[in-house]
Amino acid sequence: MIETFLNAAILKAAWPILLAGLGNTLALSLLVVPLGLAGGVVLALLSTVRVQWVRWPLMAWVDFFRAFPPLVLLIFLYAGLPFAGLEMGGFGCVAVAFFLNTGAYYGEVLRAGIESVPAGQIEAARSTGLSRLQALAHVVLPQAVRNVMPDLLSNTLEVVKLTSLASVVALPELLFQARQAQSLTYNPTPIVAAAVIYFLLLWPVVRLLSRLENRALAGRR
Amino acid sequence: MGNWDRFVETFFNAKVMAKYWPDILSGLFVTIELAALIVVTGLIAGLALALLRSLGIRPLNWLIVFVVDLFRALPPLVIIVLIYFGLPSVDLVPSGFVSTWISLALVLMAFAEEIFWAGITAVPRGQWEAARSTGLSFGQTLLGVVLPQALRITIPPLTNRTIAITKGTALGSVVAVSEILGQASSAVSNSYNPSPLTLGAAAYLVLFLPVVVLGRWIETRFAWKR
Amino acid sequence: MTPPAATPIVRATAIHKHFGALHVLKGVDLEVAERELVFVIGPSGSGKSTLLRCLNRLEEPSSGSVVVDGIDLLDPRTDINHARQRIGMVFQSFNLYPHMTALGNVTLALRKVAGRGRAEADAIGQAALARVGLADRAGHMPAQLSGGQQQRVAIARAIALEPRVMLFDEPTSALDPELVGSVLQVMRELRESGMTMVVVSHEMGFARAAADRVLFMDEGMIVEAGPPAQIFAAPAQERTRAFISQIKHH
Repeated sequence: MIETFLNAAILKAAWPILLAGLGNTLALSLLVVPLGLAGGVVLALLSTVRVQWVRWPLMAWVDFFRAFPPLVLLIFLYAGLPFAGLEMGGFGCVAVAFFLNTGAYYGEVLRAGIESVPAGQIEAARSTGLSRLQALAHVVLPQAVRNVMPDLLSNTLEVVKLTSLASVVALPELLFQARQAQSLTYNPTPIVAAAVIYFLLLWPVVRLLSRLENRALAGRR
Repeated sequence: MGNWDRFVETFFNAKVMAKYWPDILSGLFVTIELAALIVVTGLIAGLALALLRSLGIRPLNWLIVFVVDLFRALPPLVIIVLIYFGLPSVDLVPSGFVSTWISLALVLMAFAEEIFWAGITAVPRGQWEAARSTGLSFGQTLLGVVLPQALRITIPPLTNRTIAITKGTALGSVVAVSEILGQASSAVSNSYNPSPLTLGAAAYLVLFLPVVVLGRWIETRFAWKR
Repeated sequence: MTPPAATPIVRATAIHKHFGALHVLKGVDLEVAERELVFVIGPSGSGKSTLLRCLNRLEEPSSGSVVVDGIDLLDPRTDINHARQRIGMVFQSFNLYPHMTALGNVTLALRKVAGRGRAEADAIGQAALARVGLADRAGHMPAQLSGGQQQRVAIARAIALEPRVMLFDEPTSALDPELVGSVLQVMRELRESGMTMVVVSHEMGFARAAADRVLFMDEGMIVEAGPPAQIFAAPAQERTRAFISQIKHH
């Protein structure tokens, strides 16, 4: 069993390939998390505009990308758009797909955060002469982020996990590298190793989240 | 031919769509079947784990927490690939369909356990004490008093999580499941035209958009009552 | 009502405010002279808070005009954010920013709107906190302060911008009784320094001691106005009398 799933010789041979994949997974995460967050901040700020012709298209936009499986979006960009002469490459497609998909999710989380900040906060800021945008940036958003920290972290965990989709468009991240190594060696050890790496990388985050969620619950009681 | 015509010709090609819509439709049914299996088994397994955890048996709870953590930390696609490409090495050969089903059901189980457990612990101790003081057994209290209250708290987060995980059925295309995306992709390579992808995208929206809207409705409805 | 002699610093004319079908302000006129303290009383729902919030355009009047310190607040060309720095406001629920220290609360607008550098803003903020007796609390977070201290920080936040007028919206209503005195003391000192003030409150003792004029509002209109002695002891209107006796017997 161990011979099959955690073969030492194969692990040793595949190790550099896996490490390179891990590096790319981390780099990809460092790119797509801020990208999605930026998209989310824009959507959340737009959601504070109480005008119907902003609210409805915004809600439709967010719901559209929440209903659309991210892999379908990615494949559409990667395999569909080139027919229209728009070739973005695997990397560009991943960046755009994550911006759209995770932006919608971050936007929902931040919107809930903004709504959790009492209206008096923005009124106090406006009464001292801060503009709407200044009040949002300096007074509302910092509190909103703090209020939804567990949800933001949970979403970020999902985004990092989602980077494994990039393997489908041949970006050499951890899962892609593991599958390459597996098909070369006809042995599942590299995939098992990749899973272990993912787990060791993300377990602390899961533990932290579990604690934050429990604490939030205890606070509500 | 104008730009618009070329655009329509490319992404909304009537001839290609007419030829491949039965494929997409059969993909839609596979997706629905897969999604239904994942939701039912995942939620039941998650609830069962949460109930087991409420028994308070230490070593068992550690095991439950570890399993939950494991499937929260691993990317679903990694689990699918692991099962599909890994198990054959020990002469278990699950199909792509079964691999995807098991993987996503495990992931949903993990998230559902967390949410159910949070719901159970959110019910005040006084509820337990009141029920037990009237002579209800542990099981009766759990099922008759605590769980109904817990379920109410859990419905909004559970709905959102279930939608997000069920959307993962598209990952099945990676292991040759002929669900919507799989059908659409092979139709694209057969027809040299992306219109089947447009159809596929539409199929996903038809399937999931109502659920997302429903989820939003549930969220606001339950938020009012808190 | 008799208009004050000097040129008014606040002149609100024919203010109407509708919330949907609700007619909350029905043509209110209000003039406040420089260094005057106008006290507004009235039952809840009488529109007194809405009137106050129209004076810095936190609430948009449906019609009428508001001129403060020579600036027409409802003129679309007016830079409202600039104008609001001359109009301090203190809220019933303090509305301190919980993620900033007391000093941070006081200096935010100084830095972001008045364009002061950090060092200069900090010095002004420290002085404002000293004026409300909280020089030693500059580094505290709002959650570490009592309600009375929080409200005094909120006053410091407003006066640091050197406003020409201060609006108080039930500043002591959310406070425990033993903390009310410290806030009223700060308001009294502010008054003695010559600040123009409009105060919506139920603190009749403070009104008697410090107000130049008391307005009684009911159902979106100013029913009666006059010096505190007259309004409290011998109101001319039946509605005013009923309200005053109700408050006294409380």
